[in-house]
Order: sequence, then C-alpha cells, then structure tokens
Amino acid sequence: MVQVSRHDIVIVGGGGAGLRAAIAAAEANPDLSVALVSKVYPMRSHTVSAEGGAAAIARDDDSLELHGFDTVKGSDFLGDQDVIEYFVEHAPRELALLENWGCPWSRNDDGTVATRAFGGMSTKRTWYATDKVGFHMLHSLFQQSMRYDNIVRYDEYFVSKLLVEDGACQGVAALEIRTGEFHAILGRSVILATGGAGKIFPFTTNGTIKTGDGMALAYRAGVALKDMEFVQYHPTGLPGTGILITEAARGEGGFLRNNKDERFLVEYDYGVGDKAELGPRDMVSRAIIKEFEAGRGFENRYGSYCVVDLRHLGEEHINAKLPFVRELAKTYMGVDPVHEYIPIRPVVHYMMGGVDTDINAATDLPGLYAAGEVACGSLNGANRLGSNSLTECLVFGAVAARSALDFARGASDGDSARLVAQVEEEAARVNALRGNGKGNEHVSALRTEMNSTMEAGCGVYRHQDTMQVAADETRNIRQRVADLHLKDTSKVFNTELISALELQNMVELAEVLALGAVHRKESRGAHTCRDYPTRDDQNYLYHTLAHRTEDGPRLGRKEVNLGHWEPQERKY
Amino acid sequence: MAESNKRMRVEILRFDPDKDEVPRSQEYEIPVQEDWKVLDAINYIKDEVDPTVSHRWSCRMAVCGSCGMMVNGEPKLTCKTSLSDYEGSIKIEPLANFPIVRDLVVDMDGFMDKFRKVKPWIVRAKERAEDMENLSEKGTYSQSPAELATFKQFSMCINCLLCYAACPVIANEPDFIGPAAIALGHRYNLDSRDEGDRGRNEIFRGEGTVFSCSFANECSEVCPKNVDPAAAVNQAKLAAVVDWAKGLILPREGA
Repeated sequence: MVQVSRHDIVIVGGGGAGLRAAIAAAEANPDLSVALVSKVYPMRSHTVSAEGGAAAIARDDDSLELHGFDTVKGSDFLGDQDVIEYFVEHAPRELALLENWGCPWSRNDDGTVATRAFGGMSTKRTWYATDKVGFHMLHSLFQQSMRYDNIVRYDEYFVSKLLVEDGACQGVAALEIRTGEFHAILGRSVILATGGAGKIFPFTTNGTIKTGDGMALAYRAGVALKDMEFVQYHPTGLPGTGILITEAARGEGGFLRNNKDERFLVEYDYGVGDKAELGPRDMVSRAIIKEFEAGRGFENRYGSYCVVDLRHLGEEHINAKLPFVRELAKTYMGVDPVHEYIPIRPVVHYMMGGVDTDINAATDLPGLYAAGEVACGSLNGANRLGSNSLTECLVFGAVAARSALDFARGASDGDSARLVAQVEEEAARVNALRGNGKGNEHVSALRTEMNSTMEAGCGVYRHQDTMQVAADETRNIRQRVADLHLKDTSKVFNTELISALELQNMVELAEVLALGAVHRKESRGAHTCRDYPTRDDQNYLYHTLAHRTEDGPRLGRKEVNLGHWEPQERKY
Repeated sequence: MAESNKRMRVEILRFDPDKDEVPRSQEYEIPVQEDWKVLDAINYIKDEVDPTVSHRWSCRMAVCGSCGMMVNGEPKLTCKTSLSDYEGSIKIEPLANFPIVRDLVVDMDGFMDKFRKVKPWIVRAKERAEDMENLSEKGTYSQSPAELATFKQFSMCINCLLCYAACPVIANEPDFIGPAAIALGHRYNLDSRDEGDRGRNEIFRGEGTVFSCSFANECSEVCPKNVDPAAAVNQAKLAAVVDWAKGLILPREGA
C-alpha cells in the first residue's frame, strides 16, 4: 500500500547542496512545506568527507576576475562562463552565511576568516576549518536546517523514480528502507542533490553511497546527462583504500616526491610551471602516472605510488592545519607524516559531468532542478579546481531553491491518482527484484566487473582501443543488470536490494561515461587520450549530451557559453 | 595483491523482525588481510558469503559516523578499528542501548529527537538584517583563534553514537538526553557568536539532562574523535547552575 504525502518542494539528497536548498526554500516562506529525502541521515552524506576547503575571494589581492579566470582556465575552457561569473560573485556571501550559521572557520589573529592556497588558484582564497571543511560545513548546515519546522525529513528513504506527469516533474517514488514500503512524495517541483558517482570505479575517495542515483533518475526521466567523460582523478589518495589526502597538504607547503627523492613537478616539465605542487589536479595526476611509467614510483602490494612529504612543515604546523591528514595517515597507512612520507596515487574523486542544467539550476524537464556534484552547469568544465565544489553546493543549492520556488508558485498540484499509480507500478518492479532467486547475475560480482572495466578503459590516460572495449562491455553489463539474482527476501532494511538498485543506476552512467569518452577524440582537462594528445577547439569545444534510449545512450552536443575569456593554450 | 593465509571466525548478531522472534548469532569463517579494519571483514561477508547481512557504512575514513557497532562487547567505529587488534575470533553486534531495526542496524530516531532538543544552531537576539553592526563588511562575525579554540573540540562530534552505547545512565534511563547532545548544546553555548545559552541552560536544568549524568566518563573513553563529551557535560552542569544563580539575582531580559 503506497503512502502519499504532499509538499511544495521535494529535495532528493541531504548533503551540502540539498541542505542549502532546503534552508533557502524554508527561509523564503514559512508556510511552504519542504521535503528533504535522503537514503542516509543527512550528516552521513558524502560532503562530510571533503577536507581542504571552499573557495571564495576574501583578500585585497584577489578579485572576481581572477577567481573567474582561474576557474575558466582550470576547466580547460569547457566551463560555461556565465555560470562561472555568477558563481564567483555569489561565493563570498554563501561562505559568510555559513559563518553566521556557526561553521568553525579557521581564523586569522585579527578575528577574520583565514584562507589558504589551493591548486590552480592564483592567491589564497580557500576558506577552511582545519582540514575537515566538508564535515564542518555539513554539520553546520544540518544543524541550521533543524531550526525550520517546515523542513520535513525523510531519512533513509531511497528514491527510485521521478514522477513525471503532463510533461512536468511532480514528485518521487521512494522506498522507506526500514519498512520496505513505497511512498509517493509529491511536490510541485523537485530538486536533485544526490552527489556524484565515484563508485562506478574501484579505486575512489568516494564513500559507498556515491552511486550516481540522481543522475540515473534524471537520465531515465528523459533528461540529458552532460560531459560525463570528464572524471577527476585526485592526485593524492592512499594506495589500497583510496582515502583522500587533501590538496591542502600541498597548499600548506607539502612536496610530492618520487623514488629518487626528487620533487618531480619541479625537476621535470609537466606544464605546471612555478605552481609546482599547486598545479591543477588533472595535470598533477598525469605527472604521477608519468613518474610511474618512467620507473620512478615506489612499489608495494597495491602497485605503484609516489609520496607526499610534509616533514619540513613541522609537527606544530601539521597539528594546527592538517590534523586529519595526520590521523588518516596513521590510522590507514601506518605512517606519521611528521616523520615519514605518505604514500599516494591518483584516485577517482569527482565527476565534472552530471545532469544537464543551466545557470538557474534548471533541467530541460519542467519542475526538475539539480545542484551540486549531480549537476553539470557547467561550472567545472573539463577539470574542476579544488575547493570550488563545496562552494558550488551552496551557491547552486540556493539557486535551485529559488528556481524551484518560482516554478512551484505557478504550478498546480498534479493528479494524485495518476502519480500514485506510477508509484504502485514502481513498487511492483522493486518488489519483484527483492529476493528474486531466478536471476543469473550477482550484485557484487557484476559491480566488480563494471569497476574493472571502467578502471581499464577510463583511467587518467585513455586510448581509443581501451575506451571502445569499456563502451562495449558497459553496454553488455547494462543489459545483464536486468537479470539480478538476489537472496534477501526481507522487507526490513534490505541493503542487498538497495545495492541492486544502486548498481542499476551505476551501469547506466558507466555506459554513458565510456561512450562519451570514446567519442571525444581530443585531450581536454581530465580527459586525456594518448592517441589524441592535444585539445581540439575546432571540433570539440562543446558539451557532450547523452539522452537515454532503449538501445543505449544517444549522444548530442550543447554549445559552451563563452564569455570574455577567450580560449587559449592552457599552461601554468 | 599479496594473499594472506590468515583466517578468522566472525560472529554476527542477526535479527530480522520479519522472521526472527529474538536475535540470533551467526558464525562465518573468512580469509582476512592484515591491514583490514573490522568493517572490511563485514563487507567481505556481505559481498562474498552472505548478502543478507545488513549494516550501515559509507566513508570508511572515520568521519561519516555510520558504522558504529559493538565489537567484542565494546562500542567501536568499525572502519577505524583494526582487525589485527583481535585474535582468532571476533563478535560483532549492533550498538547497545538502541532498539535493533535489523542485524547490525539500530533505530536512531530517539537520538535525532534529543539532538534537536538542545537547539544546535547559532541563536542571535536579532535577525541577520538587523545585526549588521556586528558583521564585518564581508558579512562575517569576528572570532579570535582563542574564541574558536574554546568550543572547537566539542564541534568535532560525528554522531556515531558510541557514547550512547557506552553510557551507563542511558542503559537505565533511556530518556537521558545523552553525551553527544549535551556536548553539542554546550558547543553552541561556548561559541562567541551565539546568544542562546540562557535557553539551552534552561533545557539543561530540566529532567533527564546534565544532572542525570553520573560522570562515569565512559563516553569520553569510547569517543573515536576525542570530543570528550564527559568534559562538556561537566562544564555544562556548572554553567547551568551559575546561570540559574544569576537568574535569582538579576531579572531576566524580556521576562
């Protein structure tokens, strides 16, 4: 029996972007009802794992022009310049609001908020709360959200379908994980804020919840995914686990070294110039792979690695600015960075691509909005600069709320009967999957196969042949995911069922990602082809769109919104 | 990857309200790697042996707070606890002092209600728009590093609930608001930007809050983030008493 509830706005995802949107909507009008639906309790959202900081100009030596150009250049000129200009302009106010709401930003002696250096940024504009910035931002937002009685939380509800009627998004079908019952959570507009999809890959900084659910929801509802081939490899993850060692380790003055003890970003020409360790992530990750290929990596049971050297910073500085890095290195690598090197290697970290949105966080589907990593505005183009994404969650979370409110004002409540009928149909599909002993594919085995395929075909360096294999194999895996064999028949907190639904989401995205990658015969930002090593503005200065069809993704193009920053060669 | 030959017996508490009258125990013998955390062993069982085991986890880097469980009778964050700390066999159960939803998953609704009770947000006498004289031109309040340091430690709680599982008071008095919620309320009371301490102190003087604490210190001992909630409870007690005494002498604003 489907339970029905009605709200003005339904937000899916309770991380940085979802909470910011919820607060913005709740603040705008106390009479509005805002549903916040998440498959985990909001404070478990992956925003919590962000470490280094959030960008917004704060110093006299900085300007909107500079932050804007750094972001455009970092994006390898694929970012939309109207979106970037809006972002840099609204970033400072958003971080100040977080301050007003209690975020424990680290401070200068005069009581102002401190900023630190970050990769690809011209000056210190990254606000930080030691090296647990995502954690503090998320908890500040979550706690602030509790003020509002008109935010109605649905904690541990898994949204498996968007409800579209009369050409507009009017709510979601959600599985209450604790009971196994389906709910029709109806609203006059819907915001997706579900984060990225790092778990498509085997080796990632991302938590296990990062399965691209919102991207898949939109894709199935007919909305295009954009630029999915651009995957950010963070240069510094711990070998084995993939746990993130923040870029702030380099921002605070740490070095990267190879097995000859060289600072290879200084010794060899990797295009990062004087920025050295503070080069952008795509370039630094490529440099590390090149070091491995030149035989200058270290080796352990998890393969090749280079190291972060913080020793010269001293214990006091490390404890003051990078205490979490020290804790992580000790707990998960058994090394103390005060005295020892931290082993690192490039690791999947962030999806530049996502649901195709515009400057208003709007998708092509009326009533559907998206913000944060799930969305592709595109702020980040072909490569995101570190510390832009936490701010992006805030700026565009607020924008999405405003747009969704505007839409909701003009929309009428949909036909409940037809919406509920959709949920009943979805419940029947999911109920048939639960404990389905007839299928031939196992969730963890198929997931492992998808992971290996993506790592082999869509790594830091790519090649037409291997990308084509990935595209073919992901198509095959996507077809097989309909035939899952599940063992757990219980309705109560059935995590095998949730994993199956997540896998069904991920395989769709993996296919889009691989197909987008193989089509883009150039090297731009994080998409680096050995057989097409240069950027090709003549033929590829556009966003890749992917629409879903029964036969697989249909690719299309969208113009890049260029502004006053002309594309130029990207070197530092 | 080098394979280790080491094996381990893992006992997991199982409970499915659809099928079981009472919780039961199930044993698995699995191969383990020397650098595994306890969570890795549970995930191995889930992926390779028995997909019906239910547990919560996400970040596996000790910051999301999802994977707290009882390990050999002690509350532990399983992604931070090395398997090599245990020899031969290990027993994993859901966190004590919470109702079980299923297997290793507990019902945390009660905690979420307690959490909200302490008003865990910055309270200002004036709305932001009327408070401009206290804000810098960039829109931020001033706060010195020393002011930040007074509350920072108490802002590090990841809501993993280990302190509730360890708390001897909650075991007997389930309505006790508990260590993490008090530490959080106290964190805001100590924040130089906050003006809501009177309201929170009133809450703290109520039934089932700071004065229920018997100061067993178990909460601080199990805390994986060194928040020291016991210290927060003790400080909050004192502050609540001082605030009450002040109220006897000075009239309340607006009262």
